[in-house]
Amino acid sequence: MARLIAYREALREAMSEEMRRDERVFLMGEEVAEYNGAYKVSQGMLAEFGQKRVIDTPISELGFTAVAVGAAQNGLRPIVEFMTWNFAVLAMDQILNTASKMLAMSGGQINCPIVLRGPNGSAGQLGAQHSTAFESYYANIPGIKVVSTSNGYDAKGLLKQAIRYENDPIIFMESEVSYGDKMEIPDEEYYIPIGKADIKKVGRDVTIVSWNKMMKVALDAAAELEKENISAEVIDLRTIRPLDWMTILESVKKTNRLVIIEEQWPFASISSEISYRIQKEGFDYLDAPIRRLTAADAPLHYAPNLISLALPDVARTVKLVKEVMYQNK
Amino acid sequence: MLNLPYFCSSKFYLLATLFSKEIYLYWYELMKLIRQFELISEEKYKMEGKIRGFYHAYVGQEAIAAGCISATKAEDLFITSYRDHGLAIAKGMSINSCMAELYGKATGCAKGKGGSMHFFGKDVNFYGGHGIVGAQIGTGAGLAFAEQYRGTDNVVLCFFGDGAARQGILHETFNLAMLWKLPVIFICENNNYAMGTSVKRTSNVIDIYKLADAYEMPADTIDGMSAEAVHEGVERAVKRAREQGGPTLLEIKTYRYKGHSISDPQKYRTKDEVEEYKDQDPIQKIKQTIIENGFANEEELNSINARVDEKVAESVKFAEESPWPDDSEVLKDVYADENYPFIID
Ligand SMILES: Cc1ncc(C[n+]2csc(CCOP(=O)(O)OP(=O)(O)O)c2C)c(N)n1
Ligand SMILES: [Mg+2]
Repeated sequence: MARLIAYREALREAMSEEMRRDERVFLMGEEVAEYNGAYKVSQGMLAEFGQKRVIDTPISELGFTAVAVGAAQNGLRPIVEFMTWNFAVLAMDQILNTASKMLAMSGGQINCPIVLRGPNGSAGQLGAQHSTAFESYYANIPGIKVVSTSNGYDAKGLLKQAIRYENDPIIFMESEVSYGDKMEIPDEEYYIPIGKADIKKVGRDVTIVSWNKMMKVALDAAAELEKENISAEVIDLRTIRPLDWMTILESVKKTNRLVIIEEQWPFASISSEISYRIQKEGFDYLDAPIRRLTAADAPLHYAPNLISLALPDVARTVKLVKEVMYQNK
Repeated sequence: MLNLPYFCSSKFYLLATLFSKEIYLYWYELMKLIRQFELISEEKYKMEGKIRGFYHAYVGQEAIAAGCISATKAEDLFITSYRDHGLAIAKGMSINSCMAELYGKATGCAKGKGGSMHFFGKDVNFYGGHGIVGAQIGTGAGLAFAEQYRGTDNVVLCFFGDGAARQGILHETFNLAMLWKLPVIFICENNNYAMGTSVKRTSNVIDIYKLADAYEMPADTIDGMSAEAVHEGVERAVKRAREQGGPTLLEIKTYRYKGHSISDPQKYRTKDEVEEYKDQDPIQKIKQTIIENGFANEEELNSINARVDEKVAESVKFAEESPWPDDSEVLKDVYADENYPFIID
């Protein structure tokens, strides 16, 4: 059996199920308890688990992340919710300089099983300081894993996996604008391994890789292309680090063309890394240069027309795919 | 006595007549203008969807803007959080450019690039409009550092919320500002809530002005529903800063009538609580003082109201008729360089 539930509920189920299973798991963050979550992801969790395990913090990202990182080293399994990843920048020191390096610095003695989660990327006209997509920042760091989910089903399975089985720091990225999206979620418990991409649509002519909310653009573009008899295979990365480049390569072996759609800024982005890997491992399979659509190389401005121009969209994805198919003009 | 830390000046409204008729009428018109600007723009947001993004109203807190502006000079710098409309308008930014910014139009005070949270007006020494809670506490001290470095007697008014007071940057900045005696007034606009979190749930120390103690920084608490009290307290702190006496922390007790932002259902407080504060509305209080002292009659105040309404209506017209930013603006104002080689795939 399955139920139709929203992305935010899927995340909540993942946390609640793991908290019921394991006393060591707790949730900490701004407005997670009494307010029931800034975006209502943790709704009802205070009522079920009480103040000891669903903990409101002051606006002190560096401080409470440090506390969670310390608690993780000392036997607990914290989940930290950032209201958005823009604010986690204040805690970057703890994530980069402590959490990611504990195992290495201590010669394998002390690990840091912590899940840091929250919405990532732009969410409408929120201006430059509330609109950054952070996958490439965190994916650059050895010692942590980065998950970035596009829907409730994946999010639930991956979050449960992160909380229960992973013993390294996990960066877990969601999207404000997807929280209300509904999807069938099985009643039975399930886990999705970290590090495995998912082929969301099978195709033969071109491979489109994306993740998080840009998957909507990728899938909508694929549907458009289908009308013109271009069959796109669409891969949802789901995990950014470790990068499942084998799944991409296998697809490219079939389609011989690769387009990447992402919300990162272009310089040293995830698409840069994918392009390097695929040209190195699959050079002979490529019939066209690997191409990408990224966010514009600029902070995201407020005006709606500037946002449309700055972010990948279906029309430009379709156009780019046609370019790698040498079908334009 | 005036230099005593923790001297609470909230009784100063009793000395209302210490201020001139001109100041009262100026305060009245300014506060009316801020409020009308927000009432109309909120309508444009909710009813017509012409304004988007996060929008944080200043309604209820206007006396702070009024008292701060009358206690400072034009050369003094202001910097604040995303709840920035009131202070921007007080600093003298044009209503037209502010409304156009909310609309995201090219004629906005940040060319439509900032929106509600990021008003800027360098020409009137308004340094924004910042979205990361607490960040401007440090930046404000930096603005003051530059004034001290250049040897001016200008001061910086650096505003932040009660929630922001729990960020670590506050402590580092307080220490630096006292160490170097920077000409900055730290103004905590304590409206009792950080989103849905009341002050008492954020710390063991709920009197925020006491945070200055650890650095031996002078501090004061002020009734933020009274423009007179704000003026008085700020004036003293400003005097000290101008005379190289260093920073002051002012905790100004205020209240926001509206939700944290437009989308806040406000389940964390009662309607009665909100009504209680509305009963001591700063604009009503000023109005009463004006009438009681014969500074103006109802009719004269109504003509001020009409002038304000007209100004705001005109700003809406201006914003609606203004063009969107040109497409080329996506890559403009990112670098000072004219020909920066952006990555364009
Ligand atoms: C570093 C950071 N963390 C969290 C947020 C989200 N946020 C925006 S405003 C706010 C509450 C701030 O309250 P307060 O400082 O009291 O200011 P007020 O909104 O009451 O003016 C929060 C948590 C943010 N913008 N930046
Ligand atoms: Mg507040």
